[in-house]
Parts: sequence; C-alpha cells; structure tokens
Amino acid sequence: MKQFEGNALFLDRSDINTDEIIPAKYLTEISKQALAPHLLEDLVLEGFNRDEDLKGKGVLVTRAWALEVNNINVVIAESFSRIFRQNMFNCGMLAAELPAETADRLFSTFAGKETYVKADLENSVLTFSAGDLTSEVSFSIGAFDRALLEAGGWLNYSDSRY
Amino acid sequence: MGKTIAEKIFDSHVVDNPSGDIHVIKLDMVFCHEITTPVAICDLMEKGKDRVFDPTRIKAVIDHVSPAKDSKTAEQGKILRDWARRHKIKDFFDIGRNGVCHALFPEQGFVRPGNTIIMGDSHTCTHGAFGAFAAGVGTTDLEVGILKGVCALAYPKTIKIVLNGTPPPGVYAKDVILSVIAKLGVNGATNKVVEFTGPCVEAMSMEGRMTLCNMAIEAGGTCGICYPDKVTVDYLWEFIKGSYSSKQEALDEFCSLVSDPDAAYDRVLEIDVSSLSPLVTWGYKPDCVKPVSEMEGTHIDQVYIGSCTNGRLEDLRVAAQVLKGEKVHPSVRGIVAPATPKVYRDALSEGIIGIFMDAGFCVTNPTCGACLGMSNGVLANGEVCISTTNRNFNGRMGKGGMVHLASPATAAASAVAGYITNSKLYENRKA
Ligand code: SF4
Repeated sequence: MKQFEGNALFLDRSDINTDEIIPAKYLTEISKQALAPHLLEDLVLEGFNRDEDLKGKGVLVTRAWALEVNNINVVIAESFSRIFRQNMFNCGMLAAELPAETADRLFSTFAGKETYVKADLENSVLTFSAGDLTSEVSFSIGAFDRALLEAGGWLNYSDSRY
Repeated sequence: MGKTIAEKIFDSHVVDNPSGDIHVIKLDMVFCHEITTPVAICDLMEKGKDRVFDPTRIKAVIDHVSPAKDSKTAEQGKILRDWARRHKIKDFFDIGRNGVCHALFPEQGFVRPGNTIIMGDSHTCTHGAFGAFAAGVGTTDLEVGILKGVCALAYPKTIKIVLNGTPPPGVYAKDVILSVIAKLGVNGATNKVVEFTGPCVEAMSMEGRMTLCNMAIEAGGTCGICYPDKVTVDYLWEFIKGSYSSKQEALDEFCSLVSDPDAAYDRVLEIDVSSLSPLVTWGYKPDCVKPVSEMEGTHIDQVYIGSCTNGRLEDLRVAAQVLKGEKVHPSVRGIVAPATPKVYRDALSEGIIGIFMDAGFCVTNPTCGACLGMSNGVLANGEVCISTTNRNFNGRMGKGGMVHLASPATAAASAVAGYITNSKLYENRKA
C-alpha cells in the first residue's frame, strides 16, 4: 500500500475554498496533470510564497478544509467540506481531521520548521518530526475510508468488488 | 415506520453497505456532458480502465459550449465524441441534435420514475421531477459510475416542502423555487433530498416541476424530487406505452413510489404560494431574493432566456406572451436560447420564434452558452443581466458581471422596459 507521508506545508488559515485550491477558470482543462501547475495559485496568505513553499511537499496542514493534486497525499485540517473530504478518500488520499487545540499546538510547535509527517493507518497515528522535536497525535478514520486508502481509491475498490 | 420516496428508490437499488451510513447503489442511468466527462475519460484511460458498464445506460451530449468556441472546447467535445464511438454509446447527441442536458434527456424519455441517475453536473437534480433519484457528483464518482454503474452515497435524509394554494397571475414555478431557496438558505438543504409536494406541485406541468427540482442544489440539496402522477404518465406515455396495457396501469405502478404518510422527515416546510409575487435575486447568492416590485427600475444591459431552468417550450411561450407586439428596449440586448432542437422547432411552428425575432431578440442554437459565461452572451465587466438561469454567483456570466435571476415572464417584461420590472406583464394580461 501507498505510504502516507512527506514534508509538510503549513497553511495557517481557515476556510480555504475550492477556487483557491484550483481557480475555476482552469475547468476547461482535460487532465489532472494540466491542473497541477495551478494548485493554490490564487491563495492569498501572509508569508506564503507558492513557488518556493510548495516544492517537495507531500503533506498539507491547514486550519480548515482544503485542496488536491500534485504529490500531496495527506491533508490535515480541523474540518473538511463533505465533498472535499470524500474526494480525498475517493482518490486514495488521506484527509485527517484534528481537534482545534491539537492543530493549534502543532502549528505553534512545527510551523516554520522543516517538518516531516508520517501517517500510521493501522494505529491511526500521525507523527510530526522536525529535528529533535517529535509529536504523535491520533486521528480517527472510518472503516470504509480506510478500505478506500488500502485499495488506492474508490475506482480500484469498486472495480475489484462490483 | 413508513418511507420517503427517496428511501424507497434507494432501498430498491442497494447492492452493498460497506460501512455505517454509506451504501453502494446500482445506477439506472449515467449522464455525461463535455465539460466534466473528458477528465473522467482521460483518467480512466490512464489507469487502463477505459471501459463502460453498459453503453445503453450511458447517455452523452455536447451541450455546454456548442459549437465549440476555441481549441480547448473543441478538444473537450472531441474526447467525448471519440469515447462515445469507441464504446458504442448510441444515445450520443452532437451538434444538430444536441441541447441542454437536463432538458434534452427528459425530452428523450430517458428519465423514469424510480430511476437512480448520476451525472458530473450540479443540476442533475432536475430529473427528480419524474420521481427519480438524480444526483450531481464529482469526477471520481462519475468515473466509477461509467465503469461499474454504481455509486456510494449516504442514506438519504429528506426535507419536505409542501406547496399549498395556486400561484397568482404572473407567478411561475421559478418564483416558487426562488421563494423556497430564500426560506431554506443556500446551505439549508445541504446533503438532503428536497421533496416537493402539495396541490401547487400536483397542478404543475412536468416543465414546472423540472424548474422546481432544477434549483434544489441552490439550497445545497443532493436531489430534488416530486411524486410521479398522471402528469408524469402523460408526459412519458409515448416512451412507455409498450410496457403497460394502459395509462392507468402505469399510474398504479408509479403511485407505489410516493412517500408513505408516516415517513420521517428532517424538516417540513409549508408555503402558501397564493400570496407570492414575482421574485428576482439581488445579490451573488440564489437566496438573496426580493419581490420584483422592490427592484423595479434596476438597470440592465442584457436579458437572457434559456438554460436547464427555464429554456423549455412553456417558458418560451410565457415570454412570448409578454413580448408579442413589443420591442426590446434599445439599451438592452435580448438573447433567447431554446434548450433543445425540439423546443426550437415547436417554438418555430407555434410562431414563438417569430415573436422573439420581431421584438429584436437574438435567437441562438440550443446550448448552455451564456448561463455559465462560456459563450453566446458573456457579460463585460460591470454589466448587468436579468436571466432565467439558476446561478447568480459573482462573475458567473462573465467576469465582473452581475446576474439577476427571474422567471421568463419577468425577464421578458424587463427586456421591453429596459430595466427590471414586471408591470408590463400585468398590462398585457389585462388587455
Ligand atoms: S444551462 Fe447552465 S446550469 Fe444548466 S447545465 Fe447548462 S451550464 Fe449548467
């Protein structure tokens, strides 16, 4: 199974909407690859420099609901919209929700540092590490969502079953 | 405990219950258009899964930008066209036979009571007018629908809207649904089925019911739904007469599909439509609704009559009644897009197209076009359009453009006046 881990990008803002993730004007594109360069293109956030900050990142940590595509395979937030969350698991990506206090603590400890995040699906634990600092937090995931991740998304899951 | 119509349809289509509330249901139909399906097709091809579950249960149309306006939209059309050929999808509607999906597919008899339908389009909820469970979905769900004919959904919860009374003259299905959205709010029905019942719905034509269900999504609803009845049977009769010995037999079967009296609802909302007046939106969300009288005099640059909400024959008839013998105000551009070739042809033979042309309207081919700001009437920055469509989001019909949603009658009256109004309509009716 795919590993759910990578360098983390911290976006300290709530209510990131779909237009900020991928601007609607790109909807005439026909492949997901064509959308990739436009990820977070219209996101306005103090201290966020898209071209620099997005490089090599595999995990996105935000205050509230957010994005898809590129090589990002985990999004961590306090909450997600239903469609966004379902789309993540449908595409075989992990959307992990954390309580506000935990998110606050992680932001104050790790934001601004080179942070690596690894998700342990079996035990539902996220490990954040930066230098000597390590923090383990648990998250909850439903059986169906876990099965989707194990199958590599809804397409593979349904194709082997129905 | 009784069941709602949505629960009955859902229950009869469940194939799996992988966890908790999530159910996998069998799909009767998967509808496709050229904006959202090509992404799904390309992704399926890339993953080595370029297959379809059943070509007779997939219906496809090029409708959003037709004829293509540039290389990108031409490419989208080509991908859908090639795919339909490759998989022998017989019901594929290309230019000359194409029309706005949510008007065309019902008109072709593809939607039946009790059906489960998905499409990669928000306004798929329109088809609930026939007593079907029809939901708009994202790309991954569409891919799985095409590949396997199934969809995973949460068990449906329903909001019941009881529409009592008879709408006064000048008030149409569009005004009724705008009043419902104003009451529910844009998130008031999120993830719920919106069931429309009551004497007002029973008296409505299929066209009116489609207008109601079309905008369920504007309150966040997954589906809109009406009970199938005699009106439904009459509309579908030419398509179903081979399967039933009489209309009564069809009706008896469809009637088992209505909600039970003791079904459980999330919320019940009663509205007396007899006290409604013509409505129009004022802001950038469909729940920003006011009586036309309070917006009277608002400047407009363009009038657009068309779309899956109000581009059917009945809508064009109502507008033509107002426009007959009148002229579009010189400061206003009038555009009418009959939703399908059949609507166009019928409007032509009834003399409706002539009335529009005499009034100075531009009559376009059937397409979504201006509704989503793609072609055939895109607004310039700062321009204002009164439109019979369903979305007034900021920039929807063109960057920096403002959209006021209204009924075809109000749009037509405003075209003549040169500003938002419906007084013209009443004058005509009195005469
Ligand atoms: S007419 Fe407008 S709302 Fe309807 S399907 Fe076309 S673009 Fe969507």
